[in-house]
Amino acid sequence: MAKLNINGKIRDVQAEPGTPLLWVLREWVGLTGTKYGCGIAQCGACSVHINGEVQRSCSIKLSEVKAADKIVTIEGLSPTSSHPVQKAWAVVDVPQCGYCQSGQIMAAAALLKKNPKPSDADIDAAMTNICRCGTYQRIRTAVHMAAGGAPNGNSSAIPSTGKKV
Amino acid sequence: MKNFNQTENSIHTVVSNKIRLSRRGFIVGSAAVAGGGLALGFNVPFGMDEAAAQAAGTEVNAWIVIKPDDTCTIRIARTEMGQGTRTGLAMLVAEELECDWKKVATEQVTAGTNLARKRVWGEMGTGGSRGIRTSHDYVRRGGAAARMMLMQAAADQWKVPVGELAVSNGIITHAASKRTTSYGKVAAAAAKLTAPDPKSITLKDAKDWKIAGKPTRRIDTADKLNGSKVFGVDVKLPGMLCAAIKECPVFGGKLTSFDDAKVAKMPGVRKVVKVGENAVAVVADKWWNAKAALDALPVVWNEANNGAQTSAAIAERLKEGLTAAQTNGTRQNGDAMKAIGEAAKKVEATYSTPFLAHATMEPMNCTARIGTDKAEVWLPTQNAEGALAALAEATGMPLEKCEVYMTDPGGGFGRRGRQDVVYQAAAIAKQFPGAPVKMIWSREEDQAHDFYRPISMFKGTAGLDANGNLVALHMRVSGQSINATLAPANIVDGKDLRQLQGLYEQPGDAQLGYTVPNLLIEYAMRNSHVPVGTWRGVNTNQNGVYMECFMDEVAKAAGKDPLEFRRALMSKHPKHLAVLNAAAEKGDWGKPLPAGVHRGIAQFMGYGSYSAATAEVSIDSKGKLKVHRMVLALNCGHAVNPDQIAAQVEGSVAYGLTATLYGEMTVDKGRIQELNFDSYEIMRLAEMPKVETVIVPTYDFWGGVGEPTICVVAPAVLNAIYAATGKPIRSLPLKNEKLVKA
Repeated sequence: MAKLNINGKIRDVQAEPGTPLLWVLREWVGLTGTKYGCGIAQCGACSVHINGEVQRSCSIKLSEVKAADKIVTIEGLSPTSSHPVQKAWAVVDVPQCGYCQSGQIMAAAALLKKNPKPSDADIDAAMTNICRCGTYQRIRTAVHMAAGGAPNGNSSAIPSTGKKV
Repeated sequence: MKNFNQTENSIHTVVSNKIRLSRRGFIVGSAAVAGGGLALGFNVPFGMDEAAAQAAGTEVNAWIVIKPDDTCTIRIARTEMGQGTRTGLAMLVAEELECDWKKVATEQVTAGTNLARKRVWGEMGTGGSRGIRTSHDYVRRGGAAARMMLMQAAADQWKVPVGELAVSNGIITHAASKRTTSYGKVAAAAAKLTAPDPKSITLKDAKDWKIAGKPTRRIDTADKLNGSKVFGVDVKLPGMLCAAIKECPVFGGKLTSFDDAKVAKMPGVRKVVKVGENAVAVVADKWWNAKAALDALPVVWNEANNGAQTSAAIAERLKEGLTAAQTNGTRQNGDAMKAIGEAAKKVEATYSTPFLAHATMEPMNCTARIGTDKAEVWLPTQNAEGALAALAEATGMPLEKCEVYMTDPGGGFGRRGRQDVVYQAAAIAKQFPGAPVKMIWSREEDQAHDFYRPISMFKGTAGLDANGNLVALHMRVSGQSINATLAPANIVDGKDLRQLQGLYEQPGDAQLGYTVPNLLIEYAMRNSHVPVGTWRGVNTNQNGVYMECFMDEVAKAAGKDPLEFRRALMSKHPKHLAVLNAAAEKGDWGKPLPAGVHRGIAQFMGYGSYSAATAEVSIDSKGKLKVHRMVLALNCGHAVNPDQIAAQVEGSVAYGLTATLYGEMTVDKGRIQELNFDSYEIMRLAEMPKVETVIVPTYDFWGGVGEPTICVVAPAVLNAIYAATGKPIRSLPLKNEKLVKA
């Protein structure tokens, strides 16, 4: 039996010590917002915060997590889904299928905590999660917006030059 | 059991032979009883009870349910996998319904309900960028018919002619008597009325649109921001078991044996089961436990005849096809071979493109529950009706006792039109009667058993006259046929023109935008043991690269500007030309660039829409490529939600650039080698260029959006690299090329 601190609650977990934290969260604790994408820490769909640092939970064994470690998942980021990153994501309409977005949002929230005004280069370096729908441009816009910057308009279409509707 | 390989042909035949649908059926629907009549069958698999469903409102017609608080629930039959179709379809219905957009909700139709109601919602399949373009008419009619019934109900109540009423935002007004009412108040009465005669329905002209045509935020974003959205992999049902599966890694191989005693005592393991002829699954209490046991399970495979296949051997066969005497379909005018022989200058080049995996972020999965009287699956699918037919076949149950609850796929891109997972999950669940079994593929399994973008090669030969005009063009595509895997019946007398998508003479769908006096286009079918399928953009991807990169080579040989060279061939294709011009103008073609930055251009057509792009790239001293900016122009006829069109264009750049830079599946020992994202690299945010979307709709047709623009992404970038290096790129991906600045 392991004790974990997840989203501020202490949870008892009866999984094998070698079980990845991702699957402990999804199957033993029932928090399915954190996603499986690759299992080898490549895609970042499984990103969570451990003591404020963004981590890829598919590659952390249960035995490597200490009872004192504070784990925050997408479900615990904000009780009202109103974290600045979530709000910016909604305004910019970032998600397409949405599958990778839990991880993207957790990565962005961790970035902004450390670096409240990231440059494009900072975003390039920090936002390395895979999105197959290709929402990267809007992610960049939304990170800037969450940091208090104005939307740079990258995402919106150039007004039609065709027939006026 | 079948080979898990339901063909495209059988997708419809099973369901539609069952029900002869009439066009009228789409529109009229059956106005149902208020309340509970609609409780069952919609996507309420996660515990919504009947009482809650009864409070859900009144069904005015099949498309629209209205609650007393004026909330309008619009039924959606197509799959939403990120492409924005749910929002777009709801906008079109709401436009005709004249309801308050802020009070619109949506509800997903299930395949079983559609069948039970004589396919009142039409086709559910969502591929080929057809979610909106093939259903806009009948969904709008559904909205219009409901509006007419709601207004008639108000007119009846007030005893005034319906012609004296006006409606806006779901509020009906009778100006003369200063009375108003709302949709929520008259919905129950409206539902009892006879549906209007389809001939009496007039749809709005796009110029009068108030909701559609405007950049609109998606209506399905909220639960994607906090982890609450339930994908297929997240399905939880009482008493559910989980399964991890492994199919013979060599395509066409079979399962010989496994030693289940070795894993029987591992945590959570319930049973190891044979699945069909070629796969084994471990069923456990949790998926991780199933996966851990599967990894430890000794398995013996019979690799049959394919265990020695390699990429090199497959490539040799394709190469032979480039010059083989016999072909599998041609398009021609004039005499290309003769004209090339007589031309002042001849240009020749050979290109190749590899197998690609879809690599949806959500791996393949299916949850099945097979009882004695009911078979159900919870499935992320692009073809729920095909899944229903597959489930019936796999279980031997009649269609009426099968149901498919669709979860929104975590990416589809053409992969989720296949039903392989339904056959597998049903085969596993049959061994646990009444218990739901959630089968999830590992990423490695997903990479190893895709229906890949087919491998292909191309040989182009062009003849120029003394003035550098293109007088003859011979193009030969040699490669694997999608029809051979998915729809063999579509290959008639050995002819299969599907692989020439984008090079057709016929207008409207995937027409070549150039007129060449002597033209010969050929396809030589060269199949392998690797299953292939529809990959976002399908054959327009490769044919777009071949046509448009070769065009740049020919333009250079003619000493002409790539844009001007194309324009000279496009006078008979004004729509292609207009989009090319839009991309050139917004992409600043011909204007100065910063030192070291070079520009490329391309145009092509697929899915009923016209696309063109410019790309700006630079190459540093180490040969590293940077794509700075891309401008993509699109004429999709009617632009329903410009902001989501832009999102699709941006997404097509990421998907297309990933293929251009990294995408390659190779075969050794009969199996796929790139089994995860460490070897099958995916482009990240840092490599995303600035994308500008230019929508130039002409409103005289309905074209697709999800796929069309991907076909110009790679060629625009490759042509920019050609401009930078002076050396054409003729083989993808770029990771295999050494780029050297000119």
